[in-house]
This record gives sequence, C-alpha cells and structure tokens, in this order.
Amino acid sequence: MRCGTLKRFFPIFVLPTLLSFVLVFVVPFVMGIFLSFTEFSTVESATFVGLKNYLRAFARGDGFLRSLGFTSLLALCVVVAVNLVALGLALLLTKKIRATALFRGVFFLPNLIGGIVLGYIWNLLLGGILSYFGLDITYFASLGFLGLLLLSVWQLSGYMMVIYIAALTSIPKETEQAALVDGATPFQLLRFVKLPQIAPSIAVCVFLTLTNTFKMFDQNLALTQGAPARETEMLALHIFRTFYGRVGWQGVAQAKGVLFFIVVAALSGLQLYFSRERKEKI
Amino acid sequence: MKRIISLSLLLAFFLLSLCSLTSCGRTKGVTVRYLNFKPEVAEKYNAIAKAYEKETGVRVVVETAAANTYEQTLLSKLSTREAPTIFQINGPKSYAAYKDYLSDLSGSGLYEHLSDPSLALKKDGKIYGIPYVVEGYGIICNKSIMDKYFTLPGKQTSYTSLDEITSFDALAAVARDMQKNKAALGIDGVFAATSLKSGEDWRWQTHLFNLPLAYELADRGVDMTGDFSDFQFKYSDNFKKLFDLYLENSTVPRSALGTKTVADSMAEFALEKCAMVQNGSWAYAQIAGEAGNKVSADEVCFLPLYMGGKDEGSQGICIGTENYYCINEKASAEEKAAAEQFLYWLYSSEQGKRFVSEELGFIAPFDTFASGDVPADPLAKEVLAYMQSDGVKNVPWQFGAIPSLRFKEDFGASLLAYAQGKKTFSEVIAGVKQSWKSESEHT
Repeated sequence: MRCGTLKRFFPIFVLPTLLSFVLVFVVPFVMGIFLSFTEFSTVESATFVGLKNYLRAFARGDGFLRSLGFTSLLALCVVVAVNLVALGLALLLTKKIRATALFRGVFFLPNLIGGIVLGYIWNLLLGGILSYFGLDITYFASLGFLGLLLLSVWQLSGYMMVIYIAALTSIPKETEQAALVDGATPFQLLRFVKLPQIAPSIAVCVFLTLTNTFKMFDQNLALTQGAPARETEMLALHIFRTFYGRVGWQGVAQAKGVLFFIVVAALSGLQLYFSRERKEKI
Repeated sequence: MKRIISLSLLLAFFLLSLCSLTSCGRTKGVTVRYLNFKPEVAEKYNAIAKAYEKETGVRVVVETAAANTYEQTLLSKLSTREAPTIFQINGPKSYAAYKDYLSDLSGSGLYEHLSDPSLALKKDGKIYGIPYVVEGYGIICNKSIMDKYFTLPGKQTSYTSLDEITSFDALAAVARDMQKNKAALGIDGVFAATSLKSGEDWRWQTHLFNLPLAYELADRGVDMTGDFSDFQFKYSDNFKKLFDLYLENSTVPRSALGTKTVADSMAEFALEKCAMVQNGSWAYAQIAGEAGNKVSADEVCFLPLYMGGKDEGSQGICIGTENYYCINEKASAEEKAAAEQFLYWLYSSEQGKRFVSEELGFIAPFDTFASGDVPADPLAKEVLAYMQSDGVKNVPWQFGAIPSLRFKEDFGASLLAYAQGKKTFSEVIAGVKQSWKSESEHT
C-alpha cells in the first residue's frame, strides 16, 4: 500500500525536477563531452576529430598547464589562509565577547556580494594603494596572485567561519569542562578537545574552499583579467578565452572544459571519500 | 484513472511553461530578426523597427547583445529556432567562423548601391558581407592648445600652424617641445595616457598596428583576404617611433600605464589635460559626454598617424570598416527577401536615411546618400573631408587580417611589458611574429 502511494506521487514530486535536471544538465553535459572530440564553430557544424583537441590543449606554449599550475598554487594558499582565518574568527566569536552576533554578521557579509563587484572594488582599493608606489595590480604577476589571495580570504572566510561556529557550539560542554578539571592549557584544549571534534567541519571547509578557488572566474576577470601577459589567468578564465578569443579553438576549449570538470569532480570525490570514511570510523 | 489525470495535468502544465519560456506565440507573416551588437544604440534600432513595421507591415525584431558579448550571443543564437536573419561580422576571420551561415548578397539592392564595391567582404566571387558604416581614426588634436603653443614666446620650433605638421619629424619636434613647455600650456602632457590595461589596449595592438600591417600587405600586393601567415612585421621601426613618442610625451609615467583605460585617456583630453589623443570618430560622443568637458566641437580635428613611412606628405588618416551586414543562409527564402528589403529601405528611403545619418550618426558608404546627409559630429565630418580630398591617401583598415583576439591580447601585453621596461622592443617583435604564425595555423 505504502509503496503504491509512493509510486502514484512519483510523477508529481520527482518528474518535474528530473525533467529539468535532464534538460538543463544531463543533455548539455553529454553534448559538451561529445563536442570536445569535434571541431566546431556552432553546435550544428561539428566534425569528429578524435583526440586531437586534447593533444592541442597540452601543446607547448598554449598556457593551459601554466593556468593549471597557477590555479593549483593559488588554491593551496587560499585553503590554508581561509581556514586559518575562519577558524581563528570562529574561536574568537564563540567566546563571551560583546556583540558577537554583530561581528558574525559583518564577517559573513562579503560572501553576499557578487564576485564581479568584489573584483572591481578590490581592483580600486589595491590600485589606490599601489599607485603610491608607482605600481599597479598587473605590474607583477606576484601582485596579482597576492590580490587574488586577499580577495578570496576576504570573501570566503566569513562563510567558513559560520560553519566552524556551528561546529564549535555543538561540542558538548562536558568534554571541555572535563579537560579543564584535568588542568588542560588553552592550547591543549584546542588541540586535543576542540579540533578532533570539529574535524568533519574542517574537511568540509577545506574542500569547499578548494573547489571554490578552482572554479573562480569572475573575481579573476574583474581583478587582473589574467594580466600581465596571461600570467594570472586561472583555469576558468583560460578556457573562456580559448573559446572566444581564438578562431578554430572552440573544440580545444571544450576539451579543456572536460579536463577541468575531471579535476573538480576528482576533488569533490575526495571530499566524499574522506567524510564517509570518518563517519564509518565513528 | 486518477493517475492518468494527474499525469496529463502535469504534462499540460509542463508544456505550458515550456511554451511561455520559448514564446510559442507565432506571428503571422515573416519576421526579420536583427541582432544588434551596440547596446548604446539599441533604442534607436527599436525606433527604426517600429517605423518600418508601420510603413510596410513587416515585423522587425531587434535583439541586442549585452556589451562585449556579441560573439557569444551570435554563436548561441544561430543554432536556435529563432536565429537572427540579419547579423554582423567584422571581417575575413569571422567569415571563417560563420561561413555556413552567410548567404550570397551579390544580387541584393544594398550591394548595388555600395559606393566602393571593393569594401565588401567577398570570397570566390560571392559577396557575404556589406559594410554599412565607415569610420576613421588618427590623432585627435585640440586646436586651441595647439594654437596656444604656436604663439608661445619660448617655443623652440619654427612651426606656426597645424597644416605644417605633415611628417613624423615635424610631429615629434612639436610634441617634444610642447612637453617641455607643458606648464606654460596648462597641460599635464602632450599625449593622453597610453592605456595599456588588459582589454583597453586596442588603440595600440589593433589601430596603431594597422599601419605597419597595411604597409606590408601593400608591399606584397595582397588584401586582407589573402594568405600571409608569414607576416614579418617589416615596419616595426615605424611603429616603435610613434609608440615611443606617445610614451615619452605623456600625461602619466610609464609605470602607471597598466591601469589606464581608454575612458581615462578620453577624459584627459576632454578636460584639456593633454593636447592629443589617438582615437577614432566614434570617440567624439565620449569627449562631449564627459562631465566638465572643456573641448568644444569646433576645437577638434584629426592628424594622420605619422610614423616616418613612405610618402608621408600625402598620408591621410585610417579609414575603413569593421562592420558588415550578413543575412542568415539558413533562414527561409521569404525571410531572406524580407531582410534584404529592410536593409535596402534603411539605406535608401528618406525616412531610413534620416535614421542612419541623424540617429545612428553613420557615415554610410552608399551612393544613395547625397553630400547633404552628413552626420553632425565634428570628427565624422573630418573623416568625410579626408575621404573627399584629392591627393590624400588614406590608410585602409587591414586589421581584419589579424589572426585572432589572442594575438591582440598577447601583443598588448608585451607592449605593456615594453612600456614598463620589462621587455626590449626586439623581444616584442619576435613575439609578434611567433604569435602571428601560431595563431594562423588553425584557421
């Protein structure tokens, strides 16, 4: 009986979502993979070329690998910086200080601003400071790197902070009190009591920052546009420019898109694997 | 039974929402879809469409791509059912990308009235694109500041009017002396900032580069549809001469150029912080629209881009087009005919011509336009004057030959590196040759 009811309601509850999922996700995705093996200018004019696009994507001097390297390095730095800042803020704001709610709100706010706006705002701010030294954000690639790092920390820390705060407040008070009775120093309290208990949140935050940074596009476009000489061009922007900036490269851009998907999917897969394993241990 | 009802209800709901999404409502008769790529004139095209429908009953739908997204919009729209009937491409390179969608326009009314048929985009004897506006660029000069210099007591040159500046040497001598006297002239520098921010560097990597490109193509006797994948940048010295002059006599130091935009440069010119800026006839709106603009319409004029090339005495400004009308090959025969008629109406009927010259401000290259139909803006008038004066050789726009946007971006980036002192000019030249070759490979 129950099963029958479920079946009866299947079309109403699942079908619309399923249909739109197939229509706007599965179909374009499969088409995208197909197009990565073809040369095309519009979707209708595709001719099959096998693996040629993938070979061209890795050709020397193309910049795809350089973008991948730059993105990975930035992602690594962002993960460390964002999580340290976010955890620090969360620890501070779970103490009994006045107006913690206000501060939490303030730190979370940047996350609500669109990336392109953020990028332009930081472009102005950093440009204003650097102009005192006769420099600007595109003068050295390292300046662009630092700018992107700063922007990411500013934008992502608030969000991660909220996750950490939720985790920290859900730690049972008894464990902390027991540790204090045993004479634990504040550092020991953090290292051996708090951190192990929020480990699942740390995993979530690390992978969230990692995938977010890998997929970053609008901040990159607004802040440095890949300048100087495409040295600060991240993967997403690089793919976009391969598609729209070069004649006869659409298929290659599509192939790069597929590779990009594989990287991000692998990262998300890792996250799933880690969080599952931890749950099983517990 | 209930199941069937709920299922069919659901399906009906779905179809309904799908329909409203893609606007199923078909209209009677033919519809001409026009994909416009200039958001700033979208309103004017809407007015034109309305007027045309009122006069002929044919519906014209104007769709406008958001700023800088024309290529994306066109690419995705072409494969939909509501593909544009009329769209624009910008030269031989986009011909290659869209060739399946271009119909032959050799028999169209508009082509017959093209005053210079060589301007059209053709391949194997067929016409695929009709230019509909010509534009010109050069060095825009502020006549009042120049006159102030020519009567300056302490000046070191013997030049006394703009008419005497007919070569690079004269331009360079005047610019350098003006830079020395910038305080007396009340300017920050002779030339507006050489905007080299990424995306803002087209005045150099495309427009200034056009001259050495045109010289080299002329030497070989090919036009931009020919094959020249082994471009040598033979006239790089000339390019460097003028580019260096811009950098050395500018309003800002070289190190700040990476953040400067075209709008910054135009603002400097409008506020009389500089005497000259390299840009085209389209830029007058920007000068006039700048808050606090000090430059009046009768104070601006063009100087050719002198860079010590051959026959400098007769050199004119750079005049050409990057805008070609195309009609979608995949549209039905009626739609194609209706599109042709619409374009013909726009450039030949009294009402259409009024829209073109007064509202859009185009210098239209068709013989249906009499000399009275001149746009009001002073730089457009200058372009027309250069076109009509005898003995002046204007430089054609050849940058349609540039292999890709990537080439331009890389060239712009290395010009910036050169301006900042991080690259030598011979490295820039090597980069240009290499990038030209590798970007030409796949077209």
